[in-house]
Amino acid sequence: MNGSTALPSRRLNWGFWTVVFSILVVAFLGVTVLRFSKGLGAVTHLNDTFPWGIWIGFDLLCGVGLAAGAFTLTAVVHLFNLKRFEPIVRPTILTGFLGYTFVILALLFDLGQPWRIWHAIIYWNPHSVMFEVAWCVMLYTTVLAIEFSPVVFERLGWHAPARLVHRMITPLVIAGVILSTLHQSSLGSLYLIVPSKLHPLWYSPLLPLFFYISAIGAGIGMVVLESYMSKRAFGRNLEMELLEPLARAMVVALFIYGLMRLQAINRNQCWGDIASFSYEGKMFLVEFVLGVVLPVAMLSFRRIRTSPSGLVTGSFLAVLGFVMNRLNVSITGMERGLGARYSPALMEYTVSLGLVAIGMAVFAFAVRYLNIFPEGQREGGS
Amino acid sequence: MSVGLLFDSTRCVACGACSTACKEQNKLPGPVDPEPTARTWTTVQTLEGQNVRRLCMHCLVPTCVSVCPVGALARTPEGPVVYDGGKCMGCRYCMMACPFGVPKYEWDKPVPVVGKCILCTSRVKEGRPTACAEACPYGATVFGTREQLAKEARKRIQESPSAYRDHIYGLGEAGGTGVLMIAAVPFEKLGLRTDVPKDPPAMRTWQVLANIPDFVAVWGCFLYGVHWITARREEVASGPGAGGHGPEGRSS
Repeated sequence: MNGSTALPSRRLNWGFWTVVFSILVVAFLGVTVLRFSKGLGAVTHLNDTFPWGIWIGFDLLCGVGLAAGAFTLTAVVHLFNLKRFEPIVRPTILTGFLGYTFVILALLFDLGQPWRIWHAIIYWNPHSVMFEVAWCVMLYTTVLAIEFSPVVFERLGWHAPARLVHRMITPLVIAGVILSTLHQSSLGSLYLIVPSKLHPLWYSPLLPLFFYISAIGAGIGMVVLESYMSKRAFGRNLEMELLEPLARAMVVALFIYGLMRLQAINRNQCWGDIASFSYEGKMFLVEFVLGVVLPVAMLSFRRIRTSPSGLVTGSFLAVLGFVMNRLNVSITGMERGLGARYSPALMEYTVSLGLVAIGMAVFAFAVRYLNIFPEGQREGGS
Repeated sequence: MSVGLLFDSTRCVACGACSTACKEQNKLPGPVDPEPTARTWTTVQTLEGQNVRRLCMHCLVPTCVSVCPVGALARTPEGPVVYDGGKCMGCRYCMMACPFGVPKYEWDKPVPVVGKCILCTSRVKEGRPTACAEACPYGATVFGTREQLAKEARKRIQESPSAYRDHIYGLGEAGGTGVLMIAAVPFEKLGLRTDVPKDPPAMRTWQVLANIPDFVAVWGCFLYGVHWITARREEVASGPGAGGHGPEGRSS
């Protein structure tokens, strides 16, 4: 496959983005050196009163959540046997794998002593949610790598291992769905332990369920956005006939999630916080109206759902709402309880953005050299 | 029979002997910080004219022990909640989870560890009191078994009810703590959290985690069942003799 000529790009200014990317990577490397020579305090705004920042709130919580499209789609195709969705499974698994790699790399920055990350393998504490998350992330990243491996084997012309993976696909997918269900929800369970610290607008015994359902919604949203970005970058068609029914599933997930959130707020009697426009109330309103109510309302209309711009906008809002929810749980909702305000340092942003950029570059590289998107889906070269 | 400390705010004169003794005992470098840090495990603060010690409460069911993914934190049978810097990978979940905000971190070090009071566990194992209790000249910090200390606290409150609030902090907070406190003013005025749940927070996550094995079994059977039904349906639809998995699809 002659990648560079077969995948023309007409809409995206590659030169501009290469410059942005290069600057980001240089800054990222600089911060990396500083982080490991001077310690966490030198590059972050974290301190004894606010020990978790965006590397947990965005990189870990959003990185894992937004990669949920992979387990959702593999389940749809391999367990529910809806084979027509098969063409978008490969890019979704690739995004999932890169997403989890991104999470692990970010953890290497956030952990105080990252060279001990393997300690979770030998020192067990089954009472710790973090222990469970560590194991699930480790195992699921392995599952994603195996699920993706046939694409690489194909390229290398190794047919035997590719066939072997194909034969194991059902147990692999089942393991992937179980592991995902466990750790997607467990990221919510992480916050069950702080009933006196997390604001009642977000604290609920149902946090694990909230995290799970919203991850499915946002994971689907990401599949749509990813298709859209691939279209812009590589001149592909938007697979509307596949994305539209997925968007319907997203609306259902978000609707159920929204109802459950409202019920929890009613139970915690937090309407006053919203009505009084307190700091938390305002942040909640932005998150909920922009990220749940609006996309559900928009995408409930067939006309909007079937138009590419409407579909992409609705999905973007759902993803945005998801990101805001995770940041609100991990940062906004904790500030009052911990008695400190936190806004990330420029260098914290640099690491997060740098890792996202590297992930996107690897994705583009993989699309060029591996058979990720089906052949027939391209708009034709020029 | 676990041990602990009783801190009596009304007897404390903020001389700081406890903080200095702690530094010496645990070989902590630097001067005593105004607030607890990774290098100052206990300190005395004056709020509203009252003196109050800051230190680890040594919970009976410690939240930090339950959340630590590598088991770097543990509660010894004698009562102290101790920390193993050799296991810790620095996730700082203990700092997030502790209802009293006790564990502190070495933010300025490239190889950081957590710092917190370990109730002089080596001394306690030998049957000796903690360094801070031994150093206290006014009986503001007393060492003993938790039962003795609770009795002593109750006695002090009963003997001069006008001098104390009728609340032994730590008797019920977060499921009970090894360190108990009594004072003349409500504890929130002393900067202590009075919003901590009465039940140990660790139970809230354990309720979820304990269900994992059952969940894996049920969810696994369900997912396999769905696959079996959809695969069988396709097999039937493609007619006899077709067999296998029907129309070929791209593996993913």
